[in-house]
Amino acid sequence: MLRNSETGFGWVTIVLHWTIGLLILGLLLLGFIMRRTGIDPALQFALYQWHKSFGFAALGLALIRTIWWLVERTPSPPASVSPLERKAARLTHDTLIVLGIVVPFTGWAVASASTLNIPSFFFNMIVIPHLPLARSETSENFWTFAHALLAYVALAMVAIHAAAALYHHFKRGDEVLTRMLHPAVGVSSGGRSARKRHDAAVGGNDR
Amino acid sequence: MTITINSAVKATLYIAFVFSTSVAKAQAPALADAAGSYRIASSSSIQFSVGQVGGGGGIAGRFAKFSGGFRIDGANIERSSVEFTLYPESVRASERRVEDFLRSSAVFDAANFQTVTFRSTRVRQTGPATATVEGALTARGKTRKERFAVTLTDWNRRSISFTIRGSIRRSPYGMDVGTPIYSNVVEFNMRITGQRR
Repeated sequence: MLRNSETGFGWVTIVLHWTIGLLILGLLLLGFIMRRTGIDPALQFALYQWHKSFGFAALGLALIRTIWWLVERTPSPPASVSPLERKAARLTHDTLIVLGIVVPFTGWAVASASTLNIPSFFFNMIVIPHLPLARSETSENFWTFAHALLAYVALAMVAIHAAAALYHHFKRGDEVLTRMLHPAVGVSSGGRSARKRHDAAVGGNDR
Repeated sequence: MTITINSAVKATLYIAFVFSTSVAKAQAPALADAAGSYRIASSSSIQFSVGQVGGGGGIAGRFAKFSGGFRIDGANIERSSVEFTLYPESVRASERRVEDFLRSSAVFDAANFQTVTFRSTRVRQTGPATATVEGALTARGKTRKERFAVTLTDWNRRSISFTIRGSIRRSPYGMDVGTPIYSNVVEFNMRITGQRR
């Protein structure tokens, strides 16, 4: 249930996936609002600090997710997925994994390079030190641009990823989406029998 | 802040005595010499700092525009008084973004509250050259009793100088933005020179 199988995801992957997904979307929204001109300055300051705290949370979870992705097996796509689609999916997933780490790091770089030198006080609990970057306006502007650009790339990848999942669910009627909602056990009768066949075939000598 | 005159007088008398033995030219000033009204000179400086979590720089700045005066009561130092106004619009900090933030509605709200004022209500001597001045500080439309520690640093017939320190909590004035990353306490460090009117 916790670990992935050959045909489906376990709870560890599922919980990480949706938590990180929600964090990414929330951070994009937060980042968009806090950069608006004419925003109340006190609110803006608070939103920046929330963005940083949630951003560090996303970074931590993305690192765990990446390690998990590297050490745990990745279930095979359903048989109905074509080789080209597999390649596209693989590319999208790899990009999202990389962006999940790189985007928070560029955000951390913004806070570190900023001449404002505002501490990163993770949920008002722990001070996270700045990255060893020189503080200058040029450096701050560069990282701000990189962070925003990569965040929009991440948004585009999330959109593609979500659109593909919805396409598979509603048009293809396959289990691409549902198997990221819960582990394969006890899904549709087809899913269950497939899982049972799989367990019968590989169970016992793979754990 | 003016009760320190007693000590100033003592110090001056002592210096005068020392000098009179050798130079025989110095004159011991009477208390009446220090009594009077003073205008706060523009050469004075009003600096402040706010600490930040984990140490490091924090926020430091100063006010370029201020005005005020004080009166030294020769008969009863503790009846001396001081009045002070500073203009938050004139705040200076490490960079423009910080200055704009300090002027904004998040901190001083300089558009709606052009001044921060202090009016003393009580002066007490605490040592040979030190005193505390208690008074009403008004910022962002809120008035509270605050206390500053005053040390006499220099004195002559035309002017008198003090350093003034005070720790003011921001939250009662509705200025607690940025806590707890930035301390709730603002440390004021002022060097005030009064020119006799």
